[in-house]
Amino acid sequence: MSGIPHDHYEPKTNGEKWLNSRLPIVGLLYDTLMIPTPKNLNWMWIWGIVLTFCLALQIVTGIVLVMHYTPHVDLAFASIEHIMRNVNGGYMLRYIHMNGASLFFVAVYIHIFRGLFYGSYKAPREITWIIGMLIYLMMMGTAFMGYVLPWGQMSFWGATVITGLFGAIPFVGEAIQTWLLGGPAVDNATLNRFFSLHYLLPFVIAALVIVHIWAFHTTGNNNPTGVEVRRTSKADAEKDTLPFWPYFVIKDLFALAVILVVFWAIVGYMPNYLGHPDNYIEANPLVTPAHIVPEWYFLPFYAILRAFTGEVWVVQFVSFITGGIVDAKFFGVIAMFGAILAMALAPWLDTSTVRSGKYRPMFKWWFYLLIIDFFALMWLGAMPAEEPYATFSLIASAYWFAYFFVILPILGVIEKPLPQPETIEEDFNAHYGKADADATPAE
Amino acid sequence: MFKKLAIGAAFALALTPAASFAAGGGEQHIEDFHFSFEGPFGTWDQNQLQRGLQIYTEVCAACHGLRYVPLRDLEALGYSEEEVIAYSADNFEVFDPELDDFRPAIPTDHFPVNDGVGAPDLSLMAKARAGFHGPYGLGINQLFKGMGGAEYIASLLDGYTGEEKEEAGTILYENKAFPGGWISMAPPLSEDQVEFTDGHPATVEAMSEDIAAFLMWTAEPKMMERKYSGFVGVLFLSVLSVLLYLVNKRLWAGVKGKKQG
Repeated sequence: MSGIPHDHYEPKTNGEKWLNSRLPIVGLLYDTLMIPTPKNLNWMWIWGIVLTFCLALQIVTGIVLVMHYTPHVDLAFASIEHIMRNVNGGYMLRYIHMNGASLFFVAVYIHIFRGLFYGSYKAPREITWIIGMLIYLMMMGTAFMGYVLPWGQMSFWGATVITGLFGAIPFVGEAIQTWLLGGPAVDNATLNRFFSLHYLLPFVIAALVIVHIWAFHTTGNNNPTGVEVRRTSKADAEKDTLPFWPYFVIKDLFALAVILVVFWAIVGYMPNYLGHPDNYIEANPLVTPAHIVPEWYFLPFYAILRAFTGEVWVVQFVSFITGGIVDAKFFGVIAMFGAILAMALAPWLDTSTVRSGKYRPMFKWWFYLLIIDFFALMWLGAMPAEEPYATFSLIASAYWFAYFFVILPILGVIEKPLPQPETIEEDFNAHYGKADADATPAE
Repeated sequence: MFKKLAIGAAFALALTPAASFAAGGGEQHIEDFHFSFEGPFGTWDQNQLQRGLQIYTEVCAACHGLRYVPLRDLEALGYSEEEVIAYSADNFEVFDPELDDFRPAIPTDHFPVNDGVGAPDLSLMAKARAGFHGPYGLGINQLFKGMGGAEYIASLLDGYTGEEKEEAGTILYENKAFPGGWISMAPPLSEDQVEFTDGHPATVEAMSEDIAAFLMWTAEPKMMERKYSGFVGVLFLSVLSVLLYLVNKRLWAGVKGKKQG
């Protein structure tokens, strides 16, 4: 791989040379594992490993769950109870898979907000960012379809509400909704296709993860200073970096172990805390639950979806100029997907030449406000659609869009950034001091 | 600063339950009963579960089924194989498609489905209801008191006020725990309705707790195994974390100099 100068794999024995001239796989693995990594990475850079672990965990537990699950409207709910009661360790498998989805989203949100703070999305890492956003979108699709599979009340009504969003698209909406559901309503055809796609998408995600890693291995990691690794020579690069193995592998594994302590405690002691009790009632198309609430990781965007009602003047205005084609429902759908698109466009909306938020005195505060906004939206998404929550949702949604479309472009022009360190080495030594001259890095 | 915020954020995320929403009916009152199975080290009270089974069999089973619970699982309540065989045959008849007729139940059967009068199945009731939600629907109460499904059941059975009203030809009974305050199930329990062999008092409150505990068991029969896995896993991962911390510290010691200020 190109990028930061470093040592490459040299086949030594005849066997290695034989293999290398036919399939340079050892070299590929070596370069991937030994990639020079900025040595000043902080604890916010551990979430990539956590995410990779989550993907593997979900795929492995999922494959075993499928061995006992039956995708049929009359049998799905009972087959989950079969897993919980009769399959050896089935209750742990299912609870791990269920809460694994939550861990996955905790990790992805922190990973995304880390990128937003340290400007990881900026040139030359736009492709990494866009691929990441695609992965995030697919994760949401996969999680949503997975939640439908137990065929509980929230599964069924969640599926009804979310597929109904596509029905809001003008002219073709209803046809698209029918096509997605495989019929006029959520039924066996829906359950079967969701099951099929829930099994397929994780492998698509796995492929995208490889591309994601490939992309940032080409550009090199960003780091807390946002200052690039020196590429003038191998010696210079080595002052700024350390090989991924063993330094960052061990560091990341330590962090992962700590996170798993918490995760395991949740699985063991409060596995249903993050779920919804209604999903222990079998799906019944004739009984609507009192409150239809999505899983917590969808709540911020669900709040944005619901914020734009017909009483909001922006919605009325858009509805007027489009001759009623964009009604309140469709506007909400556009807003929800727009909120995610806004994140994806961050590389082009942020006009500042400084990457890291550490050196951007004004940006910092707007960013902290964005985090508060995110949690506010999450809380509002769980609240009933009534006052005062509706007004709060509208304000919080407005800030989300304002951050990306107004604040990011303007800040780059008016903000006076703080001085940045010349090199990563300088930043690292300022924190930890120079290493003793005689101490050699472990190999 | 960002690190602290983000760690706080991760923590808050972990504590935000999807189940959090404002509970309908502001005056709904759920009593915080203390059950033996609560907490990380709580265990079943086997005598209580047996009393609960007796109440279910003599009272609840008339209208409510337990379709997901196999009769053989009753051995977990401390009954012998013979006792389970006798209990199954004495109390339940199931339809056998091979005989094209009803026959006495055997342990490999499940408790029968019972939806004759439209009463809900109780297999998972203790997990399908939440007792607590917490201030502003944040779910903080659930963090300390559990989801409260068993508390809800006990509160409901013990929550009749004695008031009745007729609505559209149905008699509704006022209940402090039921959302909306009026329930169509007549008060099922009365004092000394069931005679326990162990001489345990059969007050409405005591029986409500017993049946709630039993239904928690039918909803989550593997709770003790789960908590044990949780304990072993947390212990193992904690030790692993300490070891990895030490390895990491040692590994980086050569690269990091002395901390300056």
